Amino acid sequence: MSVLVYAENAGGKFKKSTYEVLSFGYAIAEKIGGSLTVLSIGDVNADELAKLSKYGASKVLNVTNEKLKSFVNMAYAAVISEASIAEDSKVVIMSASFTGKGLAPRVAVKLDAGLVDGAISLPDITNGFTVRKGAFSGKAFADVTLTSDRKVITLMPNSYQVNEHQKDSNIVDFNPTVRDLDFKAMVKEIVRAADKVSLPDAEIVVSGGRGLKGPENWGMIEELANLLGAATACSKPVSDSNWRPHSEHVGQTGIAISPNLYIAIGISGAIQHLAGVSSSKVIVVINKDPEAPFFKAADYGIVGDAFDVVPKLIEAVKEFKAVNA
Amino acid sequence: MKILVCISNVPDTTTKINFTEDQKSFVTAGVQYIINPYDEIALTKALELTEKQGGTVTVINVGDVTTEPTIRKALAIGATDAIRVNGTPRDAYYVAKQVAHVAKDQNYDLILTGRESIDYNGSQVAAMVAEMLDLPSVSIVKSLTIENGIATLEREIEGGKEILNCPTPLIVSATEGMAEPRIPNMRGIMSARTKPLVVVEPLPVPQLQEYVKYDKPAARSHVKLVPSDDVKKLVDLLHTEAKSF
Ligand SMILES: Cc1cc2nc3c(=O)[nH]c(=O)nc-3n(C[C@H](O)[C@H](O)[C@H](O)COP(=O)(O)OP(=O)(O)OC[C@H]3O[C@@H](n4cnc5c(N)ncnc54)[C@H](O)[C@@H]3O)c2cc1C
Ligand SMILES: Nc1ncnc2c1ncn2[C@@H]1O[C@H](COP(=O)(O)O)[C@@H](O)[C@H]1O
Repeated sequence: MSVLVYAENAGGKFKKSTYEVLSFGYAIAEKIGGSLTVLSIGDVNADELAKLSKYGASKVLNVTNEKLKSFVNMAYAAVISEASIAEDSKVVIMSASFTGKGLAPRVAVKLDAGLVDGAISLPDITNGFTVRKGAFSGKAFADVTLTSDRKVITLMPNSYQVNEHQKDSNIVDFNPTVRDLDFKAMVKEIVRAADKVSLPDAEIVVSGGRGLKGPENWGMIEELANLLGAATACSKPVSDSNWRPHSEHVGQTGIAISPNLYIAIGISGAIQHLAGVSSSKVIVVINKDPEAPFFKAADYGIVGDAFDVVPKLIEAVKEFKAVNA
Repeated sequence: MKILVCISNVPDTTTKINFTEDQKSFVTAGVQYIINPYDEIALTKALELTEKQGGTVTVINVGDVTTEPTIRKALAIGATDAIRVNGTPRDAYYVAKQVAHVAKDQNYDLILTGRESIDYNGSQVAAMVAEMLDLPSVSIVKSLTIENGIATLEREIEGGKEILNCPTPLIVSATEGMAEPRIPNMRGIMSARTKPLVVVEPLPVPQLQEYVKYDKPAARSHVKLVPSDDVKKLVDLLHTEAKSF
């Protein structure tokens, strides 16, 4: 029996979140006594494919069909389910990325499989097959037991450590059946902000709230983020006022994130905001109001004016980097 | 244009979440329920489309009779009529089966859902319904226009966006940016009382999963405050103690 991982690529390259899924899939395969098969679809070169064996893949299925070069939700779902049946994989795993979220439910329906979206830890198989995920938008966790024979899991980015397990995997071509009917929702254009760290995947996030007064003051947020290799984020009123794009809004009705470090600047810490960021490993709050609720949910804090503290923080990080380069 | 909007009945965003002692169920006593915020965005988009091009907007909810105030609110915002499938929405698969069954022979041009429900956060219903109906779907969409039966969509991706075209019928899950939710006005609230709300009985659906236990995140230990004139210390702590970089 094998575990099948769908290795999502972005422009022909695998991202860290893909290696997280591989590491997670390998650990599950070890647990249930199977091996890890990885499926790649689209334009990925041999060097890139070879990287997959570093993370425990015993076998790599490579789909090079011209029609499947770029992502088509329906068609990719068909390929993934066909591969899982061909490989007799009872467990299919992919990232809870934006793409994975639209893909996994289709695969689950095709396979009559139960689906856990956004798993945050390895399944407990002592009594069935139980997977933990976030619920109530970060305010709780739920343990879900998959009772179906086949199972589909998406893994929340940043919730499983990348581990290397070098294998001598063979890369084989996989030729799926393709159905014309599946090519309806077609990508016309992909726009990527090349110089930006992607928010859901980011290990460090620097976030600003209404305390920053206006969009013109985001320069220091961006500077700090750049220095730290971090993504930028914001509270809901900030994106509602178009100071920042909606894609940066974190919280219960925005993106839920779980970076290693979340730095909240001029954000009060409303329950809806905390919901989306509380699974960050370390939280730093900078707020001029010592009574701001966010301090109760933080690991480190500075009570002070952002316009005074953030420039000092930028200097301190620069100094740190100069010494630790 | 004939549009179906799926609406979920969820605890108000200010709700403090509590579970029963055996950790098996969510305590609903005293909880205010609202239309899932993303579904309000979807509903508003549906209204914008039909106001421009003509058509109807039906809302559907899978839930027991207690969800009717939420359904009426959707009617007050402007939906034409409503369907309630009288079942317990135990998971997304169950909900999707019901929605797909209702939609099967109805020739909707567009089925809209929210990006995710803020209680179970599955992000599953849209793509599941689409698969069940063998229709295309696009998830987590921040912009949607439809002209001459062709939809143009912008979908969120990591660090950017993807622009797609798709002919109708299709299924779309909505996120922020697609529309600004509307507040119902007095006329809407009055007319909502007399708009049709049809109740249908659910299909039996096999159970593939079960929510067995809930937990709350552990509270963080006390915050360590660093004086604002010693910011360097914060960087030291983040490096040596928190190991953040
Ligand atoms: C249905 C619903 C859903 C919601 N979903 C979300 C969500 O997903 N995400 C979200 O963020 N919010 C959400 N909210 C909004 C939420 O309730 C709060 O209103 C919001 O988080 C507040 O944003 P803020 O902290 O930036 O602004 P404010 O509450 O205005 O706080 C600003 C903070 O900045 C501090 N400050 C001011 N000046 C300075 C300075 N010079 N230096 C340092 N600090 C300063 C103040 O002390 C204050 O604490 C939602 C609300 C509703 C009703
Ligand atoms: N009980 C329900 N009845 C109708 N629609 C629902 C129900 N639950 C979820 N949905 C729809 O499916 C979307 C995604 O929900 P979920 O897959 O649970 O995150 C929601 O935003 C709703 O549009």
